[in-house]
Amino acid sequence: MARNKEALVLLLDVGRFMHNNLPEIEKVCSMLVQKKLIYSKNDEVGVVLFGTEDTDNELTNEVGGYEHVVVLRHIKVVDGDVVEALQKLPRGTVAGDLYVESPTSLLGALRTRNISPVTVYRGHLEISSQLKIKVWVYKKTSEEKFPTLKKYSDKAPPTDKFATHEIKVDYEYKSIEDSGKIVPPEQRIKGYRYGPQVVPISSAEWDAVKFKPEKSVKLLGFTDVSNIMRHYYMKDVSIFIAEPGNPKAILAVSALVRAMKEMNKVAILRCVWRQGQGNVVIGVLTPNVSEKDSVPDSFYFNVLPFAEDVREFQFPSFSNFSSWQPNEQQQEAADNLVKMFDLAPAGKEEVLPPEFTPNPVLERFYRHLELKSKNPDAPVPPLDETLKRITIPDPEVLSQCKFVIDEFRRCFELKENPKLKKSRKRAYEIEAFNSIENPSAVKVEKIGDLTPVQDFEAMMSRRDNSEWVNKAIKEMKNKTFDLVENSFVGDTYQKALECLVSLRKGCILEQEPKQFNDFLRHLCKFCQEKDLNTFCELLASKGVTLISKNEAIDSDVTDDEAKSFLVKIEPKHEQREQ
Amino acid sequence: MELDPDDVFRDEDDDPDNDFYQEREASKDLVVYLVDASPKMFQLTSLQENQEEETHFHVAVSCIAQALKTQIINRSYDEVAICFFNTREKKNLQDLNGVYVFNVAEREDLDRPTARLIKEFDCIEESFTKEIGSQCGILSGSRDNSLYNALWVAQALLRKGSAKTADKRILMFTNEDDPFGSMKGITKIDMTRTTLQRAKDAQDLGISIELLPLSRPDEEFNVSLFYSDLLGLEGDDLTQFLPSVGERFEDMKDQLRKRMFRKRKVRRITFSISNGITIELNSYALIRPTVPGAITWLDSVTNVPLTTERSFLCADTGALLQEPAKRFHAYKNENIKFSVEELSEIKRVSTGQLCLLGFKPLTCLKDYHNLRPSTFVFPSDEEVIGSTCIFIALHRSMLRLKRFAVAFYGSSTRPQLVALVAQDEIITASGQVEPPGMHMIYLPYSDDIRQIEELHSDVNSMIPRATDDQINKATALMKRIDLKDFSVCQFANPALQRHYAVLQALALDEDEMPEIKDETAPDEEGLARPGVVNALEEFKNTIFGENYDDGNEFETNGKVSEASKKRKAIAENAAKECASYDWSDLADNGKLKDLTVVELKYYLSAHNLPLAGKKEALINRILVHMGK
Repeated sequence: MARNKEALVLLLDVGRFMHNNLPEIEKVCSMLVQKKLIYSKNDEVGVVLFGTEDTDNELTNEVGGYEHVVVLRHIKVVDGDVVEALQKLPRGTVAGDLYVESPTSLLGALRTRNISPVTVYRGHLEISSQLKIKVWVYKKTSEEKFPTLKKYSDKAPPTDKFATHEIKVDYEYKSIEDSGKIVPPEQRIKGYRYGPQVVPISSAEWDAVKFKPEKSVKLLGFTDVSNIMRHYYMKDVSIFIAEPGNPKAILAVSALVRAMKEMNKVAILRCVWRQGQGNVVIGVLTPNVSEKDSVPDSFYFNVLPFAEDVREFQFPSFSNFSSWQPNEQQQEAADNLVKMFDLAPAGKEEVLPPEFTPNPVLERFYRHLELKSKNPDAPVPPLDETLKRITIPDPEVLSQCKFVIDEFRRCFELKENPKLKKSRKRAYEIEAFNSIENPSAVKVEKIGDLTPVQDFEAMMSRRDNSEWVNKAIKEMKNKTFDLVENSFVGDTYQKALECLVSLRKGCILEQEPKQFNDFLRHLCKFCQEKDLNTFCELLASKGVTLISKNEAIDSDVTDDEAKSFLVKIEPKHEQREQ
Repeated sequence: MELDPDDVFRDEDDDPDNDFYQEREASKDLVVYLVDASPKMFQLTSLQENQEEETHFHVAVSCIAQALKTQIINRSYDEVAICFFNTREKKNLQDLNGVYVFNVAEREDLDRPTARLIKEFDCIEESFTKEIGSQCGILSGSRDNSLYNALWVAQALLRKGSAKTADKRILMFTNEDDPFGSMKGITKIDMTRTTLQRAKDAQDLGISIELLPLSRPDEEFNVSLFYSDLLGLEGDDLTQFLPSVGERFEDMKDQLRKRMFRKRKVRRITFSISNGITIELNSYALIRPTVPGAITWLDSVTNVPLTTERSFLCADTGALLQEPAKRFHAYKNENIKFSVEELSEIKRVSTGQLCLLGFKPLTCLKDYHNLRPSTFVFPSDEEVIGSTCIFIALHRSMLRLKRFAVAFYGSSTRPQLVALVAQDEIITASGQVEPPGMHMIYLPYSDDIRQIEELHSDVNSMIPRATDDQINKATALMKRIDLKDFSVCQFANPALQRHYAVLQALALDEDEMPEIKDETAPDEEGLARPGVVNALEEFKNTIFGENYDDGNEFETNGKVSEASKKRKAIAENAAKECASYDWSDLADNGKLKDLTVVELKYYLSAHNLPLAGKKEALINRILVHMGK
C-alpha cells in the first residue's frame, strides 16, 4: 500500500536573540526527527539555518543575496545523523526575529506523528425518515498508546545476521480432567457466563439470535445542554462534518450547529457505525461553531452511558457533616486559592492546554530510545524540566500566588488520625513527594543548637535509612535534656518546651510512644530531684503530658493516667514548698 | 463473516488488559433479602389519588428481581438468599415457624443467582398464595415471634464465608414499624428484648442489618418506634434516615434500588493541594461500560471448560522459552532492547498522588477533552483529619466561581492530566440523583487530539454558512423535537439485554428466543405529528430547496473519490484474474490450498464475499459459496 510521504524543511533562527531558546529548540527538533524515525521512516527532512554568521546555500551561489543562511542538511530521508546535527546547532551572531512560546507548549505543538485520519462512518445523519444529511464522522480524540514492544529472544546464535529475535506466543487448550490432552479447535465451543453457569453456544447459533441493528445514525431529539452532565461522557470523542464538497449538507449542518449553540441545546443520537456491528451507541452531539471562514461548522459527538453502565451509589450530603463545615475565613481562603492559583489568566496564554501538552511518558520513552541507540546501557533519563511542568506545579505560577497558598495553609488544620497505624505509610508518601518537589533539600544528619526543631523534623522525615528516626529521637532527647539541665534561671525553658512538643509529635507520628513516655518520666523525675520544678509547671500549664493509648495504640498509658501525670507531680512540688 | 461478540462490543481502542475497566472486587457481598410477607404487605396502596394501586409486597419483590438481574449483568460474585417471614408455610433448616427460604433446584440457599432463580422469582407473586402464603406471625396470646425467627434464619444462612473476605448483610423490607404493637405488658417487653438481642448477636458477628422501610402517604414509617434500637441508630444517623415514600411507586422503587447495592471504592487517593497540604480522597467508578462477559472455551463433547496454556517460542530457533524479560523496538535499523524494569521506570513520572496544578474557568474544558469514563472522588477523614473540611471549601468555591481544577494523576499504568469538576448534590423525589463531590475527567494530551477541522478547511473558497432564516427554521425544528425529560442512561442497552435474555433461555433449555424491546429506536410516531412534519418540511425547504431527492445522490463536484475508484479497479481486476482459474476443478481435487491468499481473494472479490480471515477460512468460504 502506498503511504503518504511527508517532506519537511526545518527553518531555524539561530541568531543572537535566540541563544537562550536554542537548547529547547534543539530538543524539540531532534524529538521531531526521532518520532519520524519511529513512525514515518520514509519521510524526508532538510534543515536550513538563518541568522548564522556564515552563508552557505545554493541560491547565494547561483543568484546572489540570501546572506547569513546556511543549508545544514539537504532534504533527504530521515536518519540518525539529522538527530545528531539538530542536537548541536551552531550559534549565530546575527539577529533573527522569531517569537517562541513556553517550551512545554512548543513540545506539545509538534504534530510529529501524521496519522492519516480515517472516517468512522460515512452516510446519513437522519433527522427523520424524510430528512437526511450526509456526514462524515472521524475520531477527534484517540489515545496514543505507549508503543507495544515485541518480546525479545536471545536464542539465535550471535553469528546469525538475519535473526528476527521475535517470539511467537502459542495457545493450547487442554481439558481440565486430563491436562495432557489437547483439545483440537473443531472440538471447542464458545461458552458465555450466566451467573455461575457457562452456557455453550456455537458461533452460527449465536449469529442467528444475537442483536443485529442496521447501520444508521438517527436523531432521537434535542434537549437542554443542562440535561447532559459533563461527567457522563464515556469515551474518546468523534467529530461530525458535513460531506465535503456538498454545499447543501454543509448548510444544513451549519444551520443546526448555530441554532443549537444559540438555544443551548444538544442533540441525542442513536448510532450504528457499520453493518454487522452488534450493538448501538447512544450519544450527545454538541455544536462546534467555526470561527474561521475557511473551516466548516461541525459537531462533536460523545458516547453516553446506558442504564447498565451506571452505579447509583448514595453519598451523604455535605450539609450532614456538621463538624466539617468550613468557617467564613476558611471559605474565603478557598475562594482566593481557586481564583488566584490560575492557569488561564485573562489576557495571557493558558497554561497546559491539552492541545499543546505532550505526553511526558511518551516523550521520555523517545528520549531513552535515542540514548539507547547510542549506548545500549544508557539508564532511563530523568524527567526533563520542560516535562516536569506537567506533573508538578509550575514554580513560576506558584510564586505568583504564594500569599494565597500560604493563607490557605494557615486557615486549615490537617492531622493524622492517631488511631491509625497506616499513617506511617502516608508519611512516606508525603516525604517521597516533597523530595521530588525539592530535590535539592539538604539532608540533615544531626540536631544543631540553632534550629533543633527543624533539624529534628528533617531527620525524622529522612527515608534513605530507617535508622534516622531512632537517631533523631535519641539526639532530640539529649538536646532537650541539655537545655533543661543547663538552663540559667529558666532562660532556655521555652526552647526546651518547643523541643519536647516536637519530640512528642514525632513519637506519635512514628508510633514510638514508649520512647517519649520513658523520657518524660525521666525528665520530670530529674527536675524534681534537682529543684527544677518550674519546668514541670510550664509543662503542666501547656498541657504537655504522656502519650496516651488514644494517640498511639502501643502506649500503655490510659487517658486518665496521662491527664493526672502532671497533676501528680504538682502536689509533690507544693509539699516541697511548704 | 464471523464476528466475535466481544470484539463487536468493544471498540478497537479498548484494551482488555487495562485495569481501569476491570475493578477487582476485594471482597464479596453476602446478602439475605428478608421480606415481610404479612397481610399488611398485601394491602393495596395508592400513593397519589387516582394513581396506580400496588402492594408493598410487589414493590419489594420487583426491586429484588431487578437486583438479581443487575447482578448477573455485572458478573458479580455476590451471593444472595431470599427469605420471607410472616408466612403460612415454613421452610428453613432450623424448622422455625413463619419463615420461608425461597430457592430453586441446583442451588444452595445462599448462592449466586442462577437463570432458574431469576425466572422463578419473576413469577413469585402468582405462586405465592398457593405455595407460601401470608400469615402474621406475631399475635397476642402466642409465644411465636416470626421476626426473631427470621433474624435467626438469616444469621444462619450467613454463616458461610469468613467475615474478613465477605461483607455480610441482611436487607429487610417491611411496612410494619411497630412489630410488637399488638402485644401488651411483660410479653411485649420480653419479645422486644429477645428480638433486639438476636439482632445484636448478628451484628456482633459482623453482619450488618439494613432496613428498607415502606410507608404509606397517610402513615409514615416511624423508625424510632422499634427499628432504631434494632439497627443501633442514634442522633445524626436517625435524622439521616429517610423512610421511602415518594410521589409515585417508581420513586419508591428507585430509592430502594439505590440502597440495595453496597458502595465499593476503587482506591484511596492522596490529593496534594500544595506543599504541606495533602488530603485524603476515595475514588469510585460510578460509570463504566458494561459489556457481555468474556468467552470461556468449552469442550463441545463434555461442555466442561478448558484451560488455556500459553507458551513462548523463539521465532528463529523454535526453542521453548520462559516468559522473556526483555522487549525490543526497531529504531534506526537496529533493535533497541529494554528490560521490563526500564519500561516501568519510564512510566513512573510521579509519585502516584493526585497533584494540583491550578484552576481554570469551566469554559476551558472543551467537549472533545475526553478519553475515558470519569471517576468520582469523595473526601475521607479516615486517615487525615480535616480532609473533608478542605474538600467542602474547595468544592463550594469551584461551584460558585465556575472553575475546575487541573491536576496530574500519576497512576502507574497511565499517568495523566485530569480535570476535577465539582458537582453539586441533586435530590429529587426518587432520592439523590447526583451525589456531591468531584468528577475526575481524564484529559487528552496533544498526542491524542486530531486536527480534523483543519483537514477539511478550504482556504481557496468560501465555506457555506447558514443564513439567519435557515438558523431560525432549525430553531423552530428543535423546539418541535424536544426531549424535555431526557435523562442520561434512561435506556437499557438493547444488545446487552438481548445477550442475557438469550443466555437465560438457553440455560433453561427453552426453545423460544425472547423478544427484547429496543428502547433506543427513535419515536417514529412523535416524528409523524403534523407540527413536527411541518417544521421538518420548512427546514428542508430552506436548505435544500424544493427538489430535495431524499438526500441520497449529491453531485460531489463531479468528482469520484479516490478510494471508490480504487475499489472499482480492484474488483474489475479480480473478475479478470478470477476467470483464469478452474475453481471447480481446484476445489474437487483439494488444490485450493496450493493457491496463494492473493489468488484466493480473486475469487472472493469477484463474488463479493468478505476477504477477512486466515487462509483456511478463505478456502472454507469459497467451498461454501460453491456449495461443495
